[in-house]
Amino acid sequence: MKAMVDVKGVAHSFGKENVLKDVHLEIQPGEIFGLLGPSGAGKTTLVKMIAGILEPDHGEVLIGGQPMPSLQLMKSIGYMAQSDALYHELSARENLDFFASIYGLKKRERKEQIQEVMEIVDLADHLDKVVEQYSGGMKRRLSLAASLIHEPKLLILDEPTVGIDPVLRQSIWNAFRDFQQRGMTILVTTHVMDEAEKCDRIALLRNGYVMASGTPDQLKQDTDTQSIEEAFLVYGGDNR
Amino acid sequence: MNIMAIVRRIIRQFFRDKRSMGLMFIAPLLVLTLVWLVLDGDDYEPVIAVEGVLPALVDGLEDAGAREIIEMTEQEARDAFEQGEADAYISLKDGRPYILLEGSEPSVNTAVMKVFQEARKGMNIGPGQMEPLIKYYYGSPDLNLFDRVGSVLIGFFVFFFVFIIGGISFLRERTQGTLEKLLSTPIKRWEIVTGYLIGFGLFTIVQSFIIVIFSLYVFDMYMAGDFWQLLLVTFLLAVTALSLATLLSAFANNEFQFMQFIPVVIVPQVFFSGIFPLETLAEWLQWISYIMPLTYGAEALQQMMIKGVNLSEAWMEIMILIVFALAFYLLNIQALKKHRRL
Repeated sequence: MKAMVDVKGVAHSFGKENVLKDVHLEIQPGEIFGLLGPSGAGKTTLVKMIAGILEPDHGEVLIGGQPMPSLQLMKSIGYMAQSDALYHELSARENLDFFASIYGLKKRERKEQIQEVMEIVDLADHLDKVVEQYSGGMKRRLSLAASLIHEPKLLILDEPTVGIDPVLRQSIWNAFRDFQQRGMTILVTTHVMDEAEKCDRIALLRNGYVMASGTPDQLKQDTDTQSIEEAFLVYGGDNR
Repeated sequence: MNIMAIVRRIIRQFFRDKRSMGLMFIAPLLVLTLVWLVLDGDDYEPVIAVEGVLPALVDGLEDAGAREIIEMTEQEARDAFEQGEADAYISLKDGRPYILLEGSEPSVNTAVMKVFQEARKGMNIGPGQMEPLIKYYYGSPDLNLFDRVGSVLIGFFVFFFVFIIGGISFLRERTQGTLEKLLSTPIKRWEIVTGYLIGFGLFTIVQSFIIVIFSLYVFDMYMAGDFWQLLLVTFLLAVTALSLATLLSAFANNEFQFMQFIPVVIVPQVFFSGIFPLETLAEWLQWISYIMPLTYGAEALQQMMIKGVNLSEAWMEIMILIVFALAFYLLNIQALKKHRRL
């Protein structure tokens, strides 16, 4: 079986700053993969490459064996950025309708999909509310809905639960499990350690390299620690 | 499909954002009105100096609306002009009416001539009357100032407001993260730029229409050309402004930075686009005007309105405008590469 995402020796720099030096990563179909790392480690840069927005200076990113970036492949990828990318003057329905149109969904499909994703994120009662009137958590969920609108095979979420209360975070993770059941592959970046525990596999990104990767239990065993947080400190400790 | 989605979304956003719509439609009229008030003040009552004219003419001038008639010599009148105390001097030279206009203010000249003609009409001199000899103390005979610069002002305000609104909304697409979101979808870069131009273009048609109608029918601006051709050039100028604005917004990180393009890009165009005569400027300064889109738009508008030329005669200006718009459009597609190479 081909890896859903295959990152091969990716390096990238912004000006003189080498954000990524030599990154290797494989994500299997149907898993929830967590990308961990301190802020500024290049998590966002890496996921943008996987999403096809950025092109690496060196190395390549394959999605299902095909090289990125490719507009064709981007049809089956859902991307949710760190900031809520929404049109605040428009209602939730109009926002979703816009993104669904961009993905080429027909009118009928759009209507059905909008209803469905809004139920998933528990916003079905606020469909015609203007986004300006949404709370922060609602906007976050609407952003999630927008990245789901075209039923992507690969869902890339950059810090999806930042600024979200524990109850809502729990319900969002439950939703991720649902997506996984439907066969979706999920790549999520986070720096919240207890979220890392919920992933099938994680990778620690630091100083431009993947320092370690594996299941949370593996990493804890390898470092002889009790929590991911401690394991993380072991791998990153040489930096202090 | 993609393009239509953007067009539809922009229309929706526009209706939701009343303030921007107000800025685009109402503000130009407001500012234009202010300029009109300043330049085209109505029914000025002139102060006229006279020497050796028939009492009937003096009465006539008074009846026709002169504020004051003062008896003085030509030399005294010239001094009065310098002091700003008189607007014209009327006498007879070799049996022919002689009018010396103060001349610095076109609207005042007009007012004096109107009063004079009316006074003469009342005197029933009959056919074969001698045409008055008209001289200018300052300046030279010219059109009403508003007539002369009005066409340029139409062009300028269309350009200015489209530039601001188009540029800032494209910029906001970036600052609110939706551009990145868009670029994570299979949309092509040219589709984004084209969608923007069409979506906003629809509103600039409305804007051009309102401004041209208002200028011609409310201000009664001098208009020798064809309405629809004028509208077309106005619209073309708006599209050029729109494509320039979306291009430049790539070089601003926030609204504030975009506003800074106004003094850099907009204001110079005003000074070099024909409101002020360029003939007296140094040649290298005149060259600056050649790289400015507004120069060509304003030139075409002015020729149409004052000389009544057709599109076919102003084709050079129109072609250059199209080239400008096209170049900005293509550059914008290139500039988006900064955000996604594909």
